[in-house]
Amino acid sequence: MSAQFRLFVPGDMLAVALGADELVKELERQAKVKNLSLEIIRNGSRGMCWAETLLEVQTPAGRMAYANVTAKDVKSLFKADFLNGGAHPKSLGLTRKIPWLAKQSRIIFNRCGIIDPLSLDEFAASGGFSGLLIALQMSGREIIEQIIQSGLRGRGGAGFPAGIKWKTVANADGNTKHIVCNADEGDSGTFADRLIMEGDPFRIIEGMVIAALATGAEHGMIYLRSEYPFAVKMMRNAIKIAKNANWLGADIQGFGRNFELEVFVGAGSYVCGEETALLESLEGKPGIVRSKPPLPAIEGLFGQPTVINNVITLCSVPDILARGANWHKKLGIGQSTGTMPFQLAGNLAKGGLVEVPFGISLLELIEGFGGGTGNGSQIKALQIGGPLGAYLPPDMFATKVGYEELSNIGAGIGHGGIVVYGSDVNMREQAEYAFEFCAEESCGKCTPCRIGAVRGKELMQAKTFNKSLIDELCEIMIEGSACAMGAMTPIPVQSAMRYWPQDFAKENK
Amino acid sequence: MHNWNDAQATQIIKEEAAAGAVLTKALRRLVDYFGYVDETAIAPLATHFLRSKAEVFGVIQYYSDFRTSAPGKHVLRLCQAESCQAVGARKLTKQVCDRTKLALGGTSTDGKLTLEPVYCLGLCANGPAAELDGQPLAELNKTKINALLDRLIS
Repeated sequence: MSAQFRLFVPGDMLAVALGADELVKELERQAKVKNLSLEIIRNGSRGMCWAETLLEVQTPAGRMAYANVTAKDVKSLFKADFLNGGAHPKSLGLTRKIPWLAKQSRIIFNRCGIIDPLSLDEFAASGGFSGLLIALQMSGREIIEQIIQSGLRGRGGAGFPAGIKWKTVANADGNTKHIVCNADEGDSGTFADRLIMEGDPFRIIEGMVIAALATGAEHGMIYLRSEYPFAVKMMRNAIKIAKNANWLGADIQGFGRNFELEVFVGAGSYVCGEETALLESLEGKPGIVRSKPPLPAIEGLFGQPTVINNVITLCSVPDILARGANWHKKLGIGQSTGTMPFQLAGNLAKGGLVEVPFGISLLELIEGFGGGTGNGSQIKALQIGGPLGAYLPPDMFATKVGYEELSNIGAGIGHGGIVVYGSDVNMREQAEYAFEFCAEESCGKCTPCRIGAVRGKELMQAKTFNKSLIDELCEIMIEGSACAMGAMTPIPVQSAMRYWPQDFAKENK
Repeated sequence: MHNWNDAQATQIIKEEAAAGAVLTKALRRLVDYFGYVDETAIAPLATHFLRSKAEVFGVIQYYSDFRTSAPGKHVLRLCQAESCQAVGARKLTKQVCDRTKLALGGTSTDGKLTLEPVYCLGLCANGPAAELDGQPLAELNKTKINALLDRLIS
């Protein structure tokens, strides 16, 4: 017998942090008293972090949303007849008409927050596996051609063309090849991987199987950071369900192709998001970066050819197969094709995940979607691309976001995270933190990073500010570091010094 | 969490080695079960994973998840990364450290509480964020954190 009312309360880590579990208990308790039967789906997040916990109710007109709901609101919600979409101070009306969502072009996140994350039926009913079913009938070469034509570039930070990487692995010698999904989303201000893993885990599996078909790999691993326990649990359950339904394992859907997939949990190391450190970590060793060449595509996991793609890269793949490379290529600007899930965080009124085609301006993201700072102060700075990304001042916010467009102003997209700071931020503290973080997380392999970061922190703490010495140190780190950790730490440091010299002029106390 | 037990630890190590797992997988199981990796585990880990004791020690030291001493009854991890900094994490951390008289990484002498830094929990739009005994916390402020500490340490 089906329940009288269908409700949605995210089981997402953020919603739980804000009391979603207590909310569910209270809804069930009061419904029982009123003799009402509720079906409460624990969906993923819609990405409207500013509205969490977002409670939704299914009505004949569509899903109605109530924002920032806690257990304390349940009584008044019942009083307002929320089960039939009744008016309430926390009502946002029909979810699909909320401007914040309606203005987006959700492709990768099309079903995240909508379906029950572990329902294969709901996944398939919303287009899930349609890309994979097409791929199963294509040759590896044809799949790779589609990905190359689509212009898809890596969403982890480097922006390398995904199809070229796949082609290199497909052409590499070796009977055993691997697909590794980099879910070590360590950049502060990023949570797209977490949201999709918790809200639509089968999409990642679909993308990984397509990568396997393209390259001839039969083994895959998801390297998932330990700070994301909800995602670990969700991915493991999803893999089990997909395997039982023969979307993983031997002879997938009778097409004679095999792919085994497992989750590997990290152990608290930022640098393991760097692909060669990640491989070392998967092999059970300290995450110390490898020298390149050889490329992981030639000699990767256990010395075998390996595709390493970011979660969002792999999640972009199914729709490219289902809708065609040209469809994807038409989205975005210049060499930046497709959509990008931007993550708005820090001091913002409306933080969350916004998926739009490349080409949107920074201003539209942080003002149009983000609504300015959370405490009403002026925006002083934003940092784009994680701890190794540039700090940018307001007069650069008109910049349109694309790989080249940002590179032209000395910045990078990274994983699409944007952290906003109000007038209270001291940029010298942020520059010091950039060095401090590098000192904390450096793997120690190369001297410029290991020692440079410590020296940099000391220089920032010194009573008087010695810019030329810091610039010299930055140059050594940029030129001499083995990987992006040391080579990119100077980006936040030097951008802070360039745009906010006044914060560095005063003597330290 | 369970009290450290050499025999049980060796059993876990043997199981993981026999299953062909990598060293870190055994360390993960030890930490999940005991809360830390005691130094007495280094020798059996080296034996069963065919590594030198120095290599095993190096792996343990490298990863911040692999604690080498028993944590307090409660572990409070406070996010120190940029998004949380932008909304007052530095100040909040100082308040917690002042009140508990602990530095990040420290454990209270009565064994009730361990404070740890964490670099990003992915709750960046709703900082300051933290995690208490595996339970995520968001939108923290002085009042909320004081209520939490009242419960934990008084």
